[in-house]
Amino acid sequence: MNQKKFLEIWNLAKAFPGPLGKVPVVEDFNLTVAEGEIISLIGHSGCGKSTVLSIVAGLTGPTEGTVIMGGKEVTEPGTDRGVVFQAPCLFHWMTALENVVIGLEQAMPKASSAQRIEKASYYLSRVGLGDALHKKPAELSAGMRQRVGLARAFALSPRMLLLDEPFGMLDSITRCELQDVLLQLWREDKKTLLLVTHDVDESVFLSDRVVMMTSGPRARVGEIMEVNLPRPRERHTVLDDPQFYELRERLIGFLESQADHSATALPKAPAAPPSVRRPVRKLSAA
Amino acid sequence: MAFIELSGVCKGYGSADKRTPVLEDVNLSIEKGELVSIVGYSGAGKTTLVSLLAGLIKPDRGTVKVDGKIVTGPGPERGVVFQNYSLLPWLSVLENVQLAVDQVFPKRSASERRSHAMKFVEMVNLGPAAGKRPRELSGGMRQRVSVARALAIEPEVLLLDEPFGALDALTRGVLQGELQRISQESGKTMLLITNDVDEGILLSDRIIPLGAGPSASLGPATTVDIERPRDRKELNHDPRFRHIRLSVLEYLLESGKAKRAERAAQDVTEAKAPLPETKSQAATSKPVQIVELSP
Repeated sequence: MNQKKFLEIWNLAKAFPGPLGKVPVVEDFNLTVAEGEIISLIGHSGCGKSTVLSIVAGLTGPTEGTVIMGGKEVTEPGTDRGVVFQAPCLFHWMTALENVVIGLEQAMPKASSAQRIEKASYYLSRVGLGDALHKKPAELSAGMRQRVGLARAFALSPRMLLLDEPFGMLDSITRCELQDVLLQLWREDKKTLLLVTHDVDESVFLSDRVVMMTSGPRARVGEIMEVNLPRPRERHTVLDDPQFYELRERLIGFLESQADHSATALPKAPAAPPSVRRPVRKLSAA
Repeated sequence: MAFIELSGVCKGYGSADKRTPVLEDVNLSIEKGELVSIVGYSGAGKTTLVSLLAGLIKPDRGTVKVDGKIVTGPGPERGVVFQNYSLLPWLSVLENVQLAVDQVFPKRSASERRSHAMKFVEMVNLGPAAGKRPRELSGGMRQRVSVARALAIEPEVLLLDEPFGALDALTRGVLQGELQRISQESGKTMLLITNDVDEGILLSDRIIPLGAGPSASLGPATTVDIERPRDRKELNHDPRFRHIRLSVLEYLLESGKAKRAERAAQDVTEAKAPLPETKSQAATSKPVQIVELSP
């Protein structure tokens, strides 16, 4: 398998039923991700970022197109892909440790319970919760709960992690803390990360490439921006780097242009000419 | 004597051994016409600070003074805008604003009060929607009504508690622009509470971090010496902006780290199994209890 083409998304389209027939949310979405890359999808609310992520997770099927991961077509959810949602969905009657262990019972059925506990404790201490192993979610702040969510996702050792606005519910400062935690985890495990966000700073700080999506309906990849900031990235150095601000501005500019576009084009969106579609690339071209 | 003055303010919730100290020794002075923003973690006590100034709660220790007088309760000289818009659903935009006007200016004639309310509805660009009810409005429009209502009572000071926190990034940008314009036009004293460092820098004369809780206190104030009107994109290239942004953010992240270490040490003593290396730290940390605060 080619490492450069760990994840391939071809001509992806997804339409949802609406009162006036099918509403195309995403159309002609193409993307190739290398193994170990951190990619973020950014765009306005409703542009279909989460739809793309759900299809890659196998939670929903595409209307058209294919998703291939590690040489195999994605048709259903699997343990090779971990998903982190905005809310970490923890069992409230279980401690942080038990919440991570229960995931491992599925992923490591042959391991002893001591091994699972060891692995869970290891990941929890890596997210800074070594002292809070036996706390229940209610005793943890929102930021700490999402740390548990990250520990659980990484402990399962998936090949790829899909993060759907993982820090969207946190205040902007706690968000910075969690971004640092995520990068620390990634530094050791080098998982492929696909992150959906609408936070410009977050996408630049974390990613190797930022995929900017046009506004829906018929959202697609508008631009792909390479982020060549050196790694490991430390907040202090990144925020001091003029390049960071250039990238940030480019992203803001794109999002603003899409906002104007969606505001003026929305009422006549159904009449969008099909001629603007890019030529369909054949799968065999790979 | 500053227009707003908090000295040695402490506030906690709960009683006896279950007490959670929220604010500890908060000192703040704001001059008339100044726009100061306070940036901090959610749960750090930002809303407690606004509630103290609004007169909705009283400090345990210390004094809160506005215009030289000790705050004892809410009053029309202090307008408050909350994150949730707190509009009356059965009243139109204009009626929501007028309700406040009627309370504060009972001696004016009905038509005067109406046109006064309308002036502020127009100021927030809601003239065409004056007859609409809150449920017909988007979040951004609802927050505009809330701002219009707070301004219409012509307060001496406007307290804004995460006014744009519930809005998406685009709408937030638009409303920040409007607030900037209104603040320049009216010259009102404003206190803006936010968790967004960029928002704080964009809008204020001074930005002050509120350290992580429990027992949060204010960090060093930074004067935002950038000419107005400020444009988000231009700020991006301004080294002064970058510098302030970095120093405020780092102060906050450091304070968060320190509080976490303190808590961890505290947990260890509570569990009666102190590890040798954390023992000394635990001994010096304050006896705080970890209770999650709703924002």
